[in-house]
Amino acid sequence: MSKVAEGSLAASSMVVKAETKNLNFHYGSFHALKSINMPLYEKKVTALIGPSGCGKSTYLRCFNRMHDLYPGNRYDGEIKLYPDNTNLLHAHVDPIEVRMRISMVFQKPNPFPKSIYENVAYGLRVRGERKASIVDEKVEQALRGAALWDEVKHRLKDLAFNLSGGQQQRLCIARALATEPEILLFDEPTSALDPIATASIEELIADLKGKLTILIVTHNMQQAARVSDYTAYMYLGEVIEFDVTDTIFIKPKNKATEDYITGRFG
Amino acid sequence: MDQAALGEIRDLINRHKRWDLIFAAVGLLCLGIAALTFTALVIDMALDGAPRLSADFFTNFPSRRPAQAGILSAWVGSTLVMLVTAAAAIPVGVSAAVYLEEYAPKNLLTAIIEINITNLAGVPSIVYGLLALGLFVYAFGFGQSILSAGLTLGLLILPVVIVATREAIRSIPSAIREAAYAVGATKWGTTWDHVLPYSLPGIMTGVIIGMARAIGETAPIITIGALSFIAFLPPAPIQGEFPFLSFEWLMAPFTVMPIQMFNWTSRPEAAFHQNAAAAGLVLLLMTLSMNALAIYIRYQLRKRIKW
Repeated sequence: MSKVAEGSLAASSMVVKAETKNLNFHYGSFHALKSINMPLYEKKVTALIGPSGCGKSTYLRCFNRMHDLYPGNRYDGEIKLYPDNTNLLHAHVDPIEVRMRISMVFQKPNPFPKSIYENVAYGLRVRGERKASIVDEKVEQALRGAALWDEVKHRLKDLAFNLSGGQQQRLCIARALATEPEILLFDEPTSALDPIATASIEELIADLKGKLTILIVTHNMQQAARVSDYTAYMYLGEVIEFDVTDTIFIKPKNKATEDYITGRFG
Repeated sequence: MDQAALGEIRDLINRHKRWDLIFAAVGLLCLGIAALTFTALVIDMALDGAPRLSADFFTNFPSRRPAQAGILSAWVGSTLVMLVTAAAAIPVGVSAAVYLEEYAPKNLLTAIIEINITNLAGVPSIVYGLLALGLFVYAFGFGQSILSAGLTLGLLILPVVIVATREAIRSIPSAIREAAYAVGATKWGTTWDHVLPYSLPGIMTGVIIGMARAIGETAPIITIGALSFIAFLPPAPIQGEFPFLSFEWLMAPFTVMPIQMFNWTSRPEAAFHQNAAAAGLVLLLMTLSMNALAIYIRYQLRKRIKW
């Protein structure tokens, strides 16, 4: 595992879980991401902030190769996943393999129209797990990890649609956790939720920190400040500034970041 | 606002509202024309045919004596032909639709195929009959059999099945597909575990509506040579002795409900016309109950899925 000690970023040395190197991304002829370079530290929460259309979701969706589902998209550069040094974006790396290692939680809760249990178990089934006792155990573990177990343990066979919006989102988090991902991606996970459900998701992210590496896109700056250790400010497809969250929010080096943070822009 | 101006505005509103009334009246009239014609037809047919409906009517073969003639060979024939139609159209139509929606590259060829599938739905059924006569009856050597008829009608409703399946697949939000892909599912896994089950209500509806159309088709069946007088049943599919299943019925000559009707209406005796009306009533009930089943299935399965 490669260690970096960047004085400006952190006092102690951090383990890098993934590193983006000179990433450019095109939607057809539109140059959506421009020369992105930044690390993702292991077992830390990294937030991507910036105005609508700045490319933060586009960048996030590079990590699990979601763009491969649609024609006309092109990646250049690399995202290295450590310790095995795999370039996630390489044409010879199967996007399915990438998605087996990196899970994602979407903007709007998107449970399958199946039972609560089957939603969480699906990732395990995809991985060929057929033994009921193992699936049971991992489903429970994932639901506990998503702070949902106590609310649903007596109705695992109920349809997921019968849950509230916040519970559905936690179910989606459980579905993502069940497969023990190395990185968990959140794409504005609370933008469709009310403030109470938002608080419970943020609390959950705080719990998960320290257990796995998290990358979260949010356009709620307070949320970034509350949950993340590192923050990247993006604008027009570029990472303008990446630093420790406190630094970004208290004394950013870049004038553009400061304008955005203080609400003068955006 | 003074009284005069207020009165003027009210007059204006009333004048405009008159159009609501006029259109409602015209619309009701138009609806009445459609509904009344249908109702009158059904009632007339029911009055003519209902007295002939009895258990014997369903269990008797056609006969020279109108009072003893029944629709046994016709309804058995229609049922068996529909079985073949479903067995042919469902797998082929659903696979084609899944391929077009989930797998096919988005290029000119795909676009041309897509447009032509919709056009196929508008091809006159007699043309399918001619095609089937050349292809199934002669080239493949299936003869004038249930198999030929079922395949012909299967071909006829294929566009309906494909279009309905594609609509159903498209109504699945991309967020659901992305959710499946995001946990590491392959394209086939996503299709089999999610796309197909969630589009089942739409597929079933399309299939049943297609079958309801096919069961009343006459022209292509006449073209491939269905007999109008059949006084025997095809060999039973389930046999008493090993290997218990028999597919001989596929190659049997047959008749179907609309042909039996056509045959009776072309007779001079009024009593045969009553038989035709009774058979028409049965055919109409078959069609309506298929449509009712489609609505019921859609309603039941949709209850589970909300997006």
